Amino acid sequence: MNDWLKICPLDDIPRLGARVVNTGKGDIAVFRNAEDEVFALNDKCPHKGGPLSQGIVYDRRVACPLHGMTVHLDSGKAQAPDEGCTQKYRVRVDKGVVFLNLGP
Amino acid sequence: MRKSKLVLVGNGMAGVRTIEELLKLAPDLYDITVYGAEPHGNYNRILLSPVLAGEMKLPEIMLNDVDWYSAHGITLRSGRQITRIDRIHRTVIADDGSEEPYDRLLLATGSTPVMLPIPGHDLPGVLAYRDIADTEAIIAASAKGGHAVVIGAGLLGLEAANGLKARGMEVTVVHLAPWIMERQLDRTAADMLRTSLEARGLRFLLEKKTVGLVGEPKDSGGRVSAVRFADGDELSADLVVMAIGIRPNIRLAEDAGLHCNHGILVNDTLQTYDPRIYAVGECVAHRGTTYGLVAPLFEQAKVAANHLAEFGIARYSGSAVSTKLKVTGVDVFSAGDFMGGDDTDEIILADRKGGIYKKLVLRDNRIVGAVLYGDTADSGWYFQLMKEKKCIGSLRDRLMLGQSHNAGAGHEGRNRAVALPDDFEVCGCNGVKKISIVKAIKEKGLFTLEDVRKHTKASVSCGSCTGLVEQILASEVGGAYQPVVAQKKPLCGCTDFTHEEVRKAIIDHRLMTIPEAMRFLEWRQPSGCPSCRPALNFYLLCAWPKEYRDDPQSRFINERVHANIQKDGSFSVVPRIYGGVTSPAELKRIAEVAEKYAVPTVKITGGQRIDLLGVKKEDLPSIWADLDMPSGYAYSKGLRTVKTCVGSEWCRFGVQDSTRMGIDLEHDLERLWTPHKTKLGVSGCPRNCAEATIKDVGVIGVDSGWEIYVAGNGGIKTEVAQFLCKVKTQEEVLETTGAFLQLYREEARYLDRTVHWIGRVGLDYVRKRVVDDADGRRALYARMKEALSVEKDPWAERASDHSDTEFKPVKFFVKNSVSTGGSDERLAENLSA
Repeated sequence: MNDWLKICPLDDIPRLGARVVNTGKGDIAVFRNAEDEVFALNDKCPHKGGPLSQGIVYDRRVACPLHGMTVHLDSGKAQAPDEGCTQKYRVRVDKGVVFLNLGP
Repeated sequence: MRKSKLVLVGNGMAGVRTIEELLKLAPDLYDITVYGAEPHGNYNRILLSPVLAGEMKLPEIMLNDVDWYSAHGITLRSGRQITRIDRIHRTVIADDGSEEPYDRLLLATGSTPVMLPIPGHDLPGVLAYRDIADTEAIIAASAKGGHAVVIGAGLLGLEAANGLKARGMEVTVVHLAPWIMERQLDRTAADMLRTSLEARGLRFLLEKKTVGLVGEPKDSGGRVSAVRFADGDELSADLVVMAIGIRPNIRLAEDAGLHCNHGILVNDTLQTYDPRIYAVGECVAHRGTTYGLVAPLFEQAKVAANHLAEFGIARYSGSAVSTKLKVTGVDVFSAGDFMGGDDTDEIILADRKGGIYKKLVLRDNRIVGAVLYGDTADSGWYFQLMKEKKCIGSLRDRLMLGQSHNAGAGHEGRNRAVALPDDFEVCGCNGVKKISIVKAIKEKGLFTLEDVRKHTKASVSCGSCTGLVEQILASEVGGAYQPVVAQKKPLCGCTDFTHEEVRKAIIDHRLMTIPEAMRFLEWRQPSGCPSCRPALNFYLLCAWPKEYRDDPQSRFINERVHANIQKDGSFSVVPRIYGGVTSPAELKRIAEVAEKYAVPTVKITGGQRIDLLGVKKEDLPSIWADLDMPSGYAYSKGLRTVKTCVGSEWCRFGVQDSTRMGIDLEHDLERLWTPHKTKLGVSGCPRNCAEATIKDVGVIGVDSGWEIYVAGNGGIKTEVAQFLCKVKTQEEVLETTGAFLQLYREEARYLDRTVHWIGRVGLDYVRKRVVDDADGRRALYARMKEALSVEKDPWAERASDHSDTEFKPVKFFVKNSVSTGGSDERLAENLSA
């Protein structure tokens, strides 16, 4: 079965930015960094649940807009010495279109 | 390509800190090998005293265990001493005959304790106090009890004596000088300290010259049994600890032909005579000074690492040092020229009975030295004033009372860190208790405010508890702590350039975009960080108002979407209401919008505006369209509100039309971006109902015109605005205010409020630019007007632009299970959008 869901053209996500995907499972943040790498995380900061999609993206990281906790985009883990983790999802870009996989 | 080889000789705090700093900058540049004579990883030598006193255990003071080296791909050869450097073949040779080639060599050979060259100095039972082995030997020897003689009443000697006493020995401290710690304390402080140590059971013999150590007969072990003095006296001893000083280890360097005097000579980049060889730490002589305290060594480490990493932009120009004695329950602090001379003044507070003594040595109204005994809570503050060479003329009469009597409101430094209970909440913003800070400092081996912030979050938010956190840090790590000097503070971790240097480069080299500025200034992180990107965005916007295209991704979310994010991720909407004056029609419209979008909370703000709270992000553009009012910029580092009182139009006391003036100012300044938020207030008479004197610019109507005040602040720490000038007409108010704000835009650092900026540059400077220089003022005002000429109302723009994906989530509802996917229609809609 094909678990990959078509999301949007890559260009609909700003470089060093994110877009929110509303799903039945809650919001998922899809990020794009300076190198056009794409990452997907549950849109909740492990600190106090802030919407990571609204944070400032740099390197492979995002700074949560509420209190500034830094979360690694590739793992969903808070940057040490902070602790905590948010669910990550698989995501890929095919011919300029972003696909998301909600599976485990 | 083969990696360059870096060899570190000396596995101590200075050397390993250099490696740590290097790994931060250039993790893959070198293949690193570390030689250490001691058979351990790197440990915190400063904490040997608590170990000796039985307050800490050895594992607690390890900074880098063996795993750390392997985790970073570093080869550790501990227990091996380098005996020779072959500079021609670029190898080092160890005592076991093994060789190691290098491309760069870092010497951090430290120092050894000086042993008096007197008869008997090599007897069993005569020990130095320097490393783990010494400490263990002293602990072992002390187990048998008896009488210990410590020779030397300096920092180390007293700490050793205190430790031995704590381990149950009788202790006598012998000292050559007339008072103890004569290199750190004046006689009064020293005598008070001695009295307090005597009360703990230590004995002192001052002005005693040791000339020999007497041993038992060889057949009964030959251990030391007595100390002999120049005056013929003898003192029995079961253990002798020599703590008369340390001598830099320069033998290796000297043998290799590197220039040395009392230490290995280095330049401001920590480079020795041989450009491939760097040296840091106690073995180094820099500008004629060798340092034995850890804080300067860490500063050296940072600079050396910068050059080893081939960044080549850091410079070490020496350190001001301070000392603290690490004897539990005794607080002693000393810094700088504590004795003073003919050209200095002193302020002294002496309370012998209460056990408090404070002496500040001043030259030309600047602190040049300090000795504190019994109460060292303000040591950090005095030391900071000393290092910054701050003129203390204005606080001279209160200087002795400490920081809490000089810092105004806020709880900065009000409490004495040491006296606080463990569960005292130091940082109210992040709920950090004192005990968590102390634990983090001890367990993670933290030395800097920056480290403590990273690990505990204490003082990262509003920063008002910074002084307190610094005090806790200082009381935990003693002399190892040095407050950060604000003089050359890099913009952020991505660069070593200061805000001012970055701004100058933007203009001098016509840098027009963030990536261009980062490339030109060799940013370490290609996409920057959340600190520098917004700053650069503002600097570019300010430098090139017409050419620069604002980068939304480098704006904090509030400025990116022109609304304030709330704790649940919703937003608040505050329309502009000029001067706080509205109309029934406007109020009706706001009410209708609030009803239509079921806005959960409608609140009047402190700046006389109406706040609609709890709005979904995707609803923002349509709310703005329905409101059809300009953005209130309540989210901005920019002009927020002009608060007004009723003024002469209605008020029976009013002497000027403050509402009209407020409205005019707000029209004149709206949409202006500034380094931080900017708030204005206009009052129609000196009763000042608009609270104008706690605003960035406060305008107060008087009978003959308007008084203008600047740099007030009503936040964490209340600051009363200072009088800038008095003018007559409305035009003058607008021009002066605009010129002032433009100067603030052009010269303050990003995130400086006006009060912080003026605190640095002084009100006189601002007065000269804005009040005295009429042409300059007009030019500033014109530049401000030019910047505003291109700013459009962001709400109107976005309300009409339906192509902006910022506000539209991709809607994708998954039916039943995860794998079934959404409807094709949805997808088509998303893809075509």
